[in-house]
Amino acid sequence: MKLLTVNFLTCAVKGCKGSAASFPLHFEDAELEQREIGYNPTFLSNILPRLDWDAITTTALELGFTNLPATKPDGSFETADEHKVMRDLHTLLMETEVVQGKMVCRNCGHAYQIKEGIANFLLPNHLV
Amino acid sequence: MDYLVRFVQLHESFRKAELEALADLYGINMDFLHYDQYTPHCIVRLPDENAARKIAARSILSKGIYELWGSGATYAELHQDVKHRTSNLWHLYRSSSFKFEIQAYQAKRSLAEQDALIQSFRYTGFEGPIQLKDPEQTFCIFEECQWGVKEPTQVYLGRLVTGSSRPILDTYTLKKRKYLSTTSMDSELALVTANLTHANPGKLFYDPFAGTGSFPIACAHFGAMAMGSDIDGRAVRGKHGVNTLTNFQQYHLVDRYLDGFIADLTHTPLRTARILDGIICDPPYGVREGLKVLGSKDGGKKKKEIHWIDGKAAHLQSHYIPPKKPYSFAAMLLDILEFGAVYLVDGGRLSLWMPTANDEEVELEMPMHPCLEIVSVCVQAFNKWSRRVLTYRRLRDEDVKENPPTRQAKQEEGSTANDLNSFRKRYFEGFKEPPPPMKEV
Repeated sequence: MKLLTVNFLTCAVKGCKGSAASFPLHFEDAELEQREIGYNPTFLSNILPRLDWDAITTTALELGFTNLPATKPDGSFETADEHKVMRDLHTLLMETEVVQGKMVCRNCGHAYQIKEGIANFLLPNHLV
Repeated sequence: MDYLVRFVQLHESFRKAELEALADLYGINMDFLHYDQYTPHCIVRLPDENAARKIAARSILSKGIYELWGSGATYAELHQDVKHRTSNLWHLYRSSSFKFEIQAYQAKRSLAEQDALIQSFRYTGFEGPIQLKDPEQTFCIFEECQWGVKEPTQVYLGRLVTGSSRPILDTYTLKKRKYLSTTSMDSELALVTANLTHANPGKLFYDPFAGTGSFPIACAHFGAMAMGSDIDGRAVRGKHGVNTLTNFQQYHLVDRYLDGFIADLTHTPLRTARILDGIICDPPYGVREGLKVLGSKDGGKKKKEIHWIDGKAAHLQSHYIPPKKPYSFAAMLLDILEFGAVYLVDGGRLSLWMPTANDEEVELEMPMHPCLEIVSVCVQAFNKWSRRVLTYRRLRDEDVKENPPTRQAKQEEGSTANDLNSFRKRYFEGFKEPPPPMKEV
């Protein structure tokens, strides 16, 4: 599962949706893999306004990535520096995948398993 | 300028909708001057050739688009119209390599007849070499005939602008796809649906009932980033080394496959935000595959209790499968629309496939939502039932006229699949007429 997707996901429990503690989900025992895919600046600049930057920073730190800009880039590509920021963002969001591990909701404590890159958000009966 | 669209005589109710969706996607003003569902020829007015090329090159249900050089009920009328419309254009093509073609609908012409018809356009004065393979210009004579009548009822002459996206069907046909299930959407209609929903480079598309990924693949083909989920983990993971990801690899579209995960639409893990440009789905009708959501059939009894096996919580075991309950199809449709209202960006589109019985005894009502405006309805008819694809557009909040209804949780715990789904019931009854009501004596 790509880190971009992680930024769109929260706890599936209905009661957790309103709670600030449920987002982002927190990783445990996460195994990472880098997989190269084509750079897609059109997509990146379209999706940038929809990202929750605080959550990305949290997720990145948890997984050991520390070189993230403090604030969300504005999506421009004009200077070489701006270009590099977008390239780095592509590497982090599109090429970094969690292949194994758990994502935990800090509101209800439920842990979602990730196996072979596929996260399972089905809930046990007592959480439905 | 007027253009002739050569449609396929197939999926008729989708043809106009697909073309309109593409014109809208590219912001092109298009007027239909002539359209008839029983013929493959349609005349549209477009601002220029570039607009015609853009629209037709992406369409699946047309074969190509032609600059209209003339039309008529007879060849005499056609020649007159061609001279009237295009005599100022002939010099542009005087020295181009070219060929003439004849496409007769519901009729056949012998080679000698074809040759005579082509020769009848000599007055255009083309002097370039005749070249059957990749000529600079292709002119086509279109004939429309009634069954069994030799003389055409309508004839057209057109200059080819561009072919359509139809040749890609050979690449995407399910016959060659490695990972499939019994309910995989036919690739032609999946691609048409992606057009209806405006899949395009840079956009994020999601299918909450992705199965083997037919729609995500179609969206990725047109450049969108695709994401899918399914309540059935087996569909997402695949088996025997094939899965949705390997399908994307087969088509060299891996760059545009964001992710697949296991989730239930009624308990979605997506955070509440306007993050999607498009949603396409073919929810389970509950006939071949059960329509189920998370929950237990016996209602509230055991709810809120953790299930223990040998002193361990069952849901923490790796092989745990959460209980599911049958669900009403009508409720699911409303859930999908509500989902679209919450997650689509302004102008984002939602296409939704739903079944209906042809006798309309149990015609399912077209689901509506105040935040979503219906754009098109297309029907694929089978023998005793049909399915429709409904396409909606997310309105801007300031254009929403009424307040969204608060969804009432229906009491449907413990009901059977038949009770919850009138379509399923009718399907298994063979769509027989219901017995007439008893008269009171």
